[in-house]
Amino acid sequence: MSEVTIRKQAPRGMITLRGDLSVPALGAACAEVNGCDLPARGQAAHAGEAATLWMSSDELLLLLPQADVPDALTRIGAALAGSHHLAVDVSDARTLFSIEGAGLRDVLGKLTPADVSAAAWPPGALRRTRLAQVAAAIWLRTETEAQLICFRSVTDYVEALLHTAAKAGQVGFHRPLR
Amino acid sequence: MLTFECPYCGVQADETELSPGGEAHLTRHGPESSDEAFEGYLFLRENPRGVHFERWRHSFGCGKWFLAARCTMTLEVFGTYAAQTTEPPQDILDKITGRRPGWRRLG
Repeated sequence: MSEVTIRKQAPRGMITLRGDLSVPALGAACAEVNGCDLPARGQAAHAGEAATLWMSSDELLLLLPQADVPDALTRIGAALAGSHHLAVDVSDARTLFSIEGAGLRDVLGKLTPADVSAAAWPPGALRRTRLAQVAAAIWLRTETEAQLICFRSVTDYVEALLHTAAKAGQVGFHRPLR
Repeated sequence: MLTFECPYCGVQADETELSPGGEAHLTRHGPESSDEAFEGYLFLRENPRGVHFERWRHSFGCGKWFLAARCTMTLEVFGTYAAQTTEPPQDILDKITGRRPGWRRLG
């Protein structure tokens, strides 16, 4: 019996927002559409199902209910009119997984070269990395719940990877076995 | 294993999360340059056994290009810096000199 649960999430609305993250209107527009503060470098901000992920120094990924995406794009466009930016609905391009359980650091540690120790990857920190052969972004909502985004085209591959890594037995490297 | 700190995201990125981009700080010689200069720009590269300046792309992360100074022999990394830098920063040169007394930049 595995102590880590992998679940593919229902489709979530996702908006890629590129622009100068230091522009106050950009942070305000994000907060207005999904209720999350602008995350600091390498962080993810949460509010229920919504989240704002720091993807690079000029890119954010906004997570929100899928039905809200068209309205959110309109509001972002209005708020940032005149300021150089790009906001695109990428909901169909990516898949969201949740990984729950105390041993999740050991499961992810089998698949990624990133340091997934508590010191390097605390709750709230987002890491874009490689999962076996494909790109993914992982972040911790809490110490026992991680979320993962990958491209939709590799969903089956990532799902199989995660299930295999989770069922192969506990490792006890990041969390001592009792 | 080669690990660089991405100057844009601040994460310790493993070599396999990055894409190599060859030698850094090349001077472009385009149209109207001499054949010798163009050949040098296109084909001739340093291949040192020791300190080297390189371009890398954080392809499995933020996607940004950055520059790195490292030793090709020991894989020691002296530092990484923004791609919008035409010459190696002085603090990195000082660090290399501290670690490799008498070192001189090729080229």
